[in-house]
Amino acid sequence: MNKKDDTIKLEYDIIQNDFVRAGEASSNVKKILKQLGIDSKIIRRVAIVTYEAEMNIVIHSYGGKLLVEISSKKIEITAKDNGPGIEDIEKAMQEGFSTASNEIRELGFGAGMGLPNMKKCSDVLKIDSEKGKGTTVYMEIFMKSNQN
Amino acid sequence: MTLNDIKGILNAQVLTGEQFLDRKVSSAFGSDLMSDVLAFVDNSSVLLTGLTNPQVIRTAEMIDLFAIIFVRGKRPSDEIIKMGQRNNITILMTDYTLYTSCGKLYENGLKGIEFEKGVMT
Repeated sequence: MNKKDDTIKLEYDIIQNDFVRAGEASSNVKKILKQLGIDSKIIRRVAIVTYEAEMNIVIHSYGGKLLVEISSKKIEITAKDNGPGIEDIEKAMQEGFSTASNEIRELGFGAGMGLPNMKKCSDVLKIDSEKGKGTTVYMEIFMKSNQN
Repeated sequence: MTLNDIKGILNAQVLTGEQFLDRKVSSAFGSDLMSDVLAFVDNSSVLLTGLTNPQVIRTAEMIDLFAIIFVRGKRPSDEIIKMGQRNNITILMTDYTLYTSCGKLYENGLKGIEFEKGVMT
């Protein structure tokens, strides 16, 4: 954990297909937000988006990083992976669209709700994906939010 | 309804979190889709599921659920029970199927979550 100019930066390596540890990074982020005394509704939204993003890296990529920056105004979440990239982002944003295998579905994921959930819970969502290289999902959650 | 009531209605076994059985439950959600659970379930709800992998506990942890009911007699591994224990989650196991478990709880007055399409609760 780096603390500089009142911004806390967290960084986690996420490993491909590691379904036992999947969620540990998000769990850690959540504990830190609790310790910082952040509003529970904000924590819930951050927990949902980090967990979905972390699962996406575990499921779809060859590995990547989860970066979280906490300042007094907002929480920024960046999920950056090396992977196949998303072929059609518009399609991937649709509820129910998924390219996940049956094995993933048996874990309770891959139902095509990940990106829609992230969109629902964040104030800003940007996806940058290049086929054959990887995907970066950037999200902001404002401390004072319009959402409940 | 308390977790203890649920234990009785479902003839359930308590795998961990016996000390929290007096906790009150306001609604229930039955699903094997963890993304749906993340999107729609609030923290006073109990989750009924047939999935017994670590992601179920993680999901519960993320949204502060305090109780999970594993249905149709599926026993999670010791590691999963320990994960629940570390997070102060009560884990129950019933032999009834998901449908029957939900039906029995509903019959006894435990309603489903209020769901408005596209709106976070």
